[in-house]
Amino acid sequence: MNNTAPFWRSRRFKPVLLQLLFVVIAGICLFYFINNALTGLKRLGLPLDFGFLQSTASFDISGDKLIDYSATDPYSRAILVGLFNTLRVAVLGIMFATILGVILGIARLSNNWLVRNTSKVFVEIFRNTPLLVQMIIWFSAVFLMLPLIENSYVFAGTVFFSNRGIAIPWFQTTSATWIWLVCVATAILLAITVWKWRLKLQTETGKRKYPSLWAVGVTAAAMIVPLLLTSAGPFHVTMPEVNPNGRSFAGGFVISPSFASVLIALVMYTSAFIAEIVRAGIMGVSKGQLEAAQALGLKSSTTLRLVVFPQAFRIIIPPLTSQYLNLTKNSSLAVAVGYPEIVHVGNTILNQSGRAIQMITIMIICYLTVSLLTSLFMNIFNKYTQLAER
Amino acid sequence: MKKSPFFLLFTFMMLSAAILIGCGEEDTASDETADGNVFDQVVSRGHVVAGVNSDLPGFGYLTSDGTYTGFDVDFAKAIAAAVFGDAEAVEYRPLSAQERLTAVQTGEVDVLLRNTTNTLSRDAIGLHFAPTTFYDGQGIMVRKDSGITSLEDLEGARIAVDTGTTTEMNLADTFRLLGIDYEPIVFDGQDQVVASYEQGSVDAWTTDRSGLVARLDTLANPDDHFILPEVISKEPLAPVVNSSDAIWYDIVKWVVYATIQAEEFGITSSNIDDFMDSENPEIRRFLGLEGELGEELGLDNDFVVNIIKQVGNYGEIYERHLGPDTIFNLERGVNSLWTDGGLLYSPPFR
Repeated sequence: MNNTAPFWRSRRFKPVLLQLLFVVIAGICLFYFINNALTGLKRLGLPLDFGFLQSTASFDISGDKLIDYSATDPYSRAILVGLFNTLRVAVLGIMFATILGVILGIARLSNNWLVRNTSKVFVEIFRNTPLLVQMIIWFSAVFLMLPLIENSYVFAGTVFFSNRGIAIPWFQTTSATWIWLVCVATAILLAITVWKWRLKLQTETGKRKYPSLWAVGVTAAAMIVPLLLTSAGPFHVTMPEVNPNGRSFAGGFVISPSFASVLIALVMYTSAFIAEIVRAGIMGVSKGQLEAAQALGLKSSTTLRLVVFPQAFRIIIPPLTSQYLNLTKNSSLAVAVGYPEIVHVGNTILNQSGRAIQMITIMIICYLTVSLLTSLFMNIFNKYTQLAER
Repeated sequence: MKKSPFFLLFTFMMLSAAILIGCGEEDTASDETADGNVFDQVVSRGHVVAGVNSDLPGFGYLTSDGTYTGFDVDFAKAIAAAVFGDAEAVEYRPLSAQERLTAVQTGEVDVLLRNTTNTLSRDAIGLHFAPTTFYDGQGIMVRKDSGITSLEDLEGARIAVDTGTTTEMNLADTFRLLGIDYEPIVFDGQDQVVASYEQGSVDAWTTDRSGLVARLDTLANPDDHFILPEVISKEPLAPVVNSSDAIWYDIVKWVVYATIQAEEFGITSSNIDDFMDSENPEIRRFLGLEGELGEELGLDNDFVVNIIKQVGNYGEIYERHLGPDTIFNLERGVNSLWTDGGLLYSPPFR
């Protein structure tokens, strides 16, 4: 230990001291801003309480809602409707964007000139234009331009395209649905067991034992049970039709123009980014791995599935998580096309009640919760795919 | 020493940042807080900062040559004329329906003239409403060929509405009372509302009747549409100020009254000079020829003269932006003087 240097230059104290200094400065800044907001509110005579959430909302939310809601419900329930709408578009968006993004990413590496360049043009167009502009174009230039409801374009007699929404046939649960659900779940478990058993047999004997075929057979056979039990299908299919007043659809499932444009815009935009991430991931797998797989005589699809993807995953997942978070947060642009997600509903409440800071705090908490949960889930998945280091 | 490309890039970025920041206009009002002396700040700043609409023809509209014009804008000019004797001493801040109230609460604007409805809950959040400048009511526009002639016909209809306004709530209240099911389609901004309506994606759209009339003219075939006779709400549109400064509130209030009182006296911007030697003591006090009414407010005694000369009386302002010579051709209706059966009534200037 060198005793001539003062203690703040000591190797042991200096980092701690700097960190302490940083925390103190950050703390002071934070305190200043919070205190500033609180004194500001006090001066304006606005208490920072959340009691107003229990008062009657007195505004309606359009048809896009997952839980029951009417104008007589409190603000808190309206916020819940908005949150569920955000989750709905985020979950569906993440699913479709991943599928489309992976396809586009692989297509960009294709040996086929047309496939490769189509994908490239798609990616460059959707990646390089603002999302809000895309959303408004989808809404006003595509979905609003569909025919009026009375002369809807009908596809195969069941799917209606109109500028009041796209109506598709939809499932309706019946009393038999639950019995079917239980039976199907059991059948799938059974099929997995059988598949494992046949696979084991195949590895042991070296003869083909068709594990997949067996699994499918078992599932199909198990389906007979609920059919005999309930003597009905698992669900009812309702066909959409135009209401007598000619203003909306009855039956089926109606995808509103607002929801459709938000979802499509988010999927297209995000999938362009995901495509690049997937491409980077695949190209990040060293060439030696591919050559080794070829040398072993693996088919190109098998190479992709067993050699490239497991390694590409490790590169893809962290940036993919950011894209998922971006998609969720970008859904807040939906207010421009009239989809009632959390920011949309929150803004209405903010304006009606004048509680700006409270509503913005609630919105921040909602997004933070959703984002942190997404990150947590993706981090677990990431850990699972990482190389086990020795 | 050889400079690395990163060093060059960094230097370039820093320089551009410095230039871009330097470009920013010095912000005059937003760094001041509304702590009870709005009027002092206005005077020391030398102009009034007014929050206005920039896309509602007739009330607040940004013209192609970059100037603001409209009914609400003229009241901002009247306030500037009263305070500085110069109707052009106004800085306009275009505000959205959502931003506007916060802008007054935080002191970003001195006065809000953006067709804002006076309601109790808005009054209670640190705001004060000056006298109503325009008595409006919410209406609903439908297509003539839709067969809709009354509210009852709107069962199951899709109705487009602008977010951040009281219209959403009025719509819900009205249909709740009538027990009619409808579907509100809420947009941020009126352009998408009107676009959805024009394309037939919704059956009807709603806003204040003055707004409907103003927009009707911009539709492709104005004759294909009409406004339902039912008025579903009361919408007294009034200037808004921060409640912290009672003096400033009084000034805005009496500027509005001055325009109304001037019309009642029959004083216009063209004939005001004839009144300067009036014998009528009420008019002499009103124009600041006698007494010190202006100074009691902290203004010049002839503040009313400045308002009328530079902007005009209420009737003139109305005719200029909404009257028969304009595309809107709005009836005065309840916005007439009380002497003509309307609601405009100024307390006496004495």
